[in-house]
Amino acid sequence: MYATNYHRASSVDEAVKLAGTGDDTKYVSGGQTLIATMKQRLAAPSDLIDLRHVPSMKGISVSGRSVRIGAAATHAEVASSSELRAVCPGLADLAAGIGDPHVRHLGTIGGSIANNDPAADYPAGLLGLGATIVTDRRQIAADDFFTGLFDTALEAGEVITEIRFEAPEKSAYAKFANPASRYAMTGVFVAKTGGGVRVAVTGAGSDGVFRHQGMEQALAGNWSAEAVAGVAVDSSELLSDLHASAEYRANLVRVMAKRAVAAAR
Amino acid sequence: MAKVTLTVNGRTVSGECEERTLLVHFIRDKLGLTGTHVGCDTNQCGACVIHMDGKSIKSCSILAVQASGSSITTIEGLAQNGELHPVQAAFKEHHGLQCGFCTPGMVMTAVDLINSKGTSLTEEDVRHGLEGNICRCTGYHNIVKSVLSAADAMQPGRQAAE
Repeated sequence: MYATNYHRASSVDEAVKLAGTGDDTKYVSGGQTLIATMKQRLAAPSDLIDLRHVPSMKGISVSGRSVRIGAAATHAEVASSSELRAVCPGLADLAAGIGDPHVRHLGTIGGSIANNDPAADYPAGLLGLGATIVTDRRQIAADDFFTGLFDTALEAGEVITEIRFEAPEKSAYAKFANPASRYAMTGVFVAKTGGGVRVAVTGAGSDGVFRHQGMEQALAGNWSAEAVAGVAVDSSELLSDLHASAEYRANLVRVMAKRAVAAAR
Repeated sequence: MAKVTLTVNGRTVSGECEERTLLVHFIRDKLGLTGTHVGCDTNQCGACVIHMDGKSIKSCSILAVQASGSSITTIEGLAQNGELHPVQAAFKEHHGLQCGFCTPGMVMTAVDLINSKGTSLTEEDVRHGLEGNICRCTGYHNIVKSVLSAADAMQPGRQAAE
């Protein structure tokens, strides 16, 4: 790892101020991707700003059907929140399946979506839920937030402070994990709300997480696993790599969507 | 250079290190606690698992400065008054190790698993709970047997009854 300077922020304001000082500053929260990337010398930020000690970014609260998750909430906290599980078990289950127990104790929801790894689980969850990403300066709809591979709508120095969404009537996430890395080779999050159905796919798109309109329409008319079975999935915009061809992933999208609908509660 | 202060196995310790120093290297090289192992060094194998503020983490995935101020338990902190921790005793009893390299991480993971999920673990709980720990010798069967046996031995009231 190349040398770096470490700063510990105690508030969002302080973090943003610190971000403006170094040549190439990066926020670090759980660091479960960033530190590994720095060890491989694929990232070499001049300055790290630690967000783990900002009290306003912690915690999970539920008021009626409105959910607020602090950006620094760990995957383990999201997975074990009984309040969240009561209104949106789909997202709690998704968090319980990220990485392994040690990763879940450190990794955070804000860090995961800021990184927007095309095989990460949370981007599908938040896009599927139609969540709002709250930053130090604005609110961004999930539909506008995830802009491509490892790319988001975040500006330089902008920090995610919390995630908000209305709990759907039903939701679930189904993933086909790579047997070695446990990352999603394809993961599908489905959510049924009063306003319609959302289906978000991670791990498969060549441009990152995406919504599948065909499945959303099919499920809006008939919420059942059978409704998804006949929907065409275009493989031309899916990833092809040593783990799976685009055609294989296209089939996985359909299979995972069926499993998610069947499991939704 | 940065100053890092930790409570390690109940003792407050501090030391200076570079800001890029990983927690596992601080523990091994500065504190001389070499029970925590570096296996893959790519955050996958779990040989470096310790507890930070009571939760299992991979100490090669966090900088020492990030951990400063926290409470750390390493494999050296488990045995009390010369008595092996029930999980350590179970690994010995059930041949839960061969070369022993992954064992510190396996044991620390198992202790956290039993502490957080309770002592009525199923085999499935244990196999899922060990997802972040890799062993190249045992084939895992005896590790799972060890953890289940330890959980049983740690049931509340169990020791009083014996």
